[in-house]
Amino acid sequence: MSTQSIPPSTRAVRAIEEASIAPAPSPLKVVLRVASTVWSNGKARIGIIILGLMILIAVFAPLLAPYGARQNGFDRSADASAAHWLGTTAAGEDVLSQLIWGAQISIFVGLVAGLLSTVIAVLVGLSWGYVRGFGADVINFIVNLFLVIPGLPLMIVIAAYLSGGGIGMIIVVVVITGWAWGARVLRSQTQSLRSRDFVTAAVFSGERPFRIVFREILPNMTSLIVGNFFGAATAAILAEAGLEYLGLGDTTVVSWGTMLFWAQNSNALLTGQWALLFAPGLCIALLATSLTLINFGVDGISNPRLREGSKR
Amino acid sequence: MTSVTIAPGSADISAAPRITGSGKGRAWAYVARKAGLLLLTLWAAITLNFILPRLMPGSPADAALAKLAQNGPVSDATKAAIEAQLGVPTGNILEQYVAYLHQVVTLDFGVSYTFYPQSVSELVSTALPYTLVLVGVVTIIAFVLGTLLGVLAAWKRGTWLDTLPTLAGSFASAFPYFWTALLLLFFAGYVGRLFPTSGAYGPTASPQFTLGFLGDAIYHAALPALTILITSLGSWILGMRNTMISTIGDDYVTFAEANGLKPRTVALRYAARNAILPNLTSFGLALGGVVGGSILVERVFGYPGIGYLLFNAVTNQDYPLMQALFLMITVSVLIANFLVDILYGVLDPRTRR
Repeated sequence: MSTQSIPPSTRAVRAIEEASIAPAPSPLKVVLRVASTVWSNGKARIGIIILGLMILIAVFAPLLAPYGARQNGFDRSADASAAHWLGTTAAGEDVLSQLIWGAQISIFVGLVAGLLSTVIAVLVGLSWGYVRGFGADVINFIVNLFLVIPGLPLMIVIAAYLSGGGIGMIIVVVVITGWAWGARVLRSQTQSLRSRDFVTAAVFSGERPFRIVFREILPNMTSLIVGNFFGAATAAILAEAGLEYLGLGDTTVVSWGTMLFWAQNSNALLTGQWALLFAPGLCIALLATSLTLINFGVDGISNPRLREGSKR
Repeated sequence: MTSVTIAPGSADISAAPRITGSGKGRAWAYVARKAGLLLLTLWAAITLNFILPRLMPGSPADAALAKLAQNGPVSDATKAAIEAQLGVPTGNILEQYVAYLHQVVTLDFGVSYTFYPQSVSELVSTALPYTLVLVGVVTIIAFVLGTLLGVLAAWKRGTWLDTLPTLAGSFASAFPYFWTALLLLFFAGYVGRLFPTSGAYGPTASPQFTLGFLGDAIYHAALPALTILITSLGSWILGMRNTMISTIGDDYVTFAEANGLKPRTVALRYAARNAILPNLTSFGLALGGVVGGSILVERVFGYPGIGYLLFNAVTNQDYPLMQALFLMITVSVLIANFLVDILYGVLDPRTRR
């Protein structure tokens, strides 16, 4: 057939295409819109405020902390006083200062490990959801293996083999054991999206699979991915605290987990220093809770029905 | 993390059951497929356990020798003798692998570095009953109690019976559970002096089957049990509540209500009966996790179970003990997983496709 005049139907489609291609929102605008959606949820707002405060404390630790984290020479195992609001440790360090400096480690580990697990989960989950055949079976087997092997024992064993490693080692261990769940959730979502019309349209217009997966499908899963990040970060913070409490990793680093490790190993239970036991755990719980709260608002990003205040 | 319960086969639920083929044949094919998968996964886990220590810097033998060297220089002859005694692997990687597989099959994991000359198998069999009884019993109690509370929460949706456990359950997951254990230990053990602070039985008792010893053991297990119950109850309530709410919306429940059945009958025999399936899956997995599931709690209370043994093995770099424990913990989870799949196939024929 010769290419003479373009049939009217094609012209109509082109017109629609041109209209919809019209300026894509700038990344900054997208981030702002996402942030305001999350902020509009009451629970998430509380979470953001708590997390924000904690990050500020971590960043300004050098200004806020009355003493250095490992500065000792004060009275040992002292109770709370004007000079030491939360008392001192068995090694004569200020508990409040350790608490403030310790925020840096927990937040750092949580954010970095959460981010890394999410990146792996996205890469594996999306390609796994898109490919078919033998490749999918192999990935399926590997992910299931990581899902079924109990996480904490695996973490402990790897940490033991990597003994002497510090924060970096903990992040590696947490990421190795933490990415599989997200990959599985993202894969099922990819599978359900890949049969949608817009994906079929992209396939017929000759787009490469890589572009289809990461430019067409991925943006539709923003809330799942963001939710996965906060979930992974929460799990990472709790796992880091648990590993450090067991004395795996570097016990000379001051973090909330190592504070609890030293509290039990220097018999803070016997000397009755409740603040030393209570405060680090409470901080871990607050940080983890703030992330959980933020996740309540994240559900609304790509599903307007879940936004607070909107009627179904 | 958004709570998405992925039950085996739940993705297939919307698909119509296949009617072709004999029922029995399909059932056996399902079991055979699952069994094949179990064997493959078992092999992968066992091999992972073999590869892990070899990927890491420094060999287990070096660690053991370094520990001995603290007491003075080690001569070559001593070194060879110790290596032979500890069963340090010799030969190339393939021979080591074959020897390792032989060890696994015969359940002979050599001697412990830390508790020398006790064998790994002896240590494990001493510790296992404590963990099995403590965590096993508490897991069953938590499952039954949590499921019932979840049914109640879903049925009385919107009342305090719903909001209270749901809120508590959501936040319990954000708490480091070893911290809950530490607080309980501090307040009920040290300050209140209500319960013993460590161990599985008193200093004067010795393990035997008498009423006195059992009472003493229960008294010592109370605090760890309470911790596990508090920290695990929430997820059972939430899991059951969420699936129950979606079944309550189903047509057959409305139909049962319209037929004038008693609300309790509708709740328990219609809605809960179908909603319990995913929770049952988690229960099977939780039972598999019993063996290794309480490492932190056992550490806090110095409870001499599998978790505490693993903690000791790790802190003392006792590699044979650590390898055996990790293998045992993994294998029990894998087998539980398999049994749950089979059970699921029996309870929900739609998964047997």
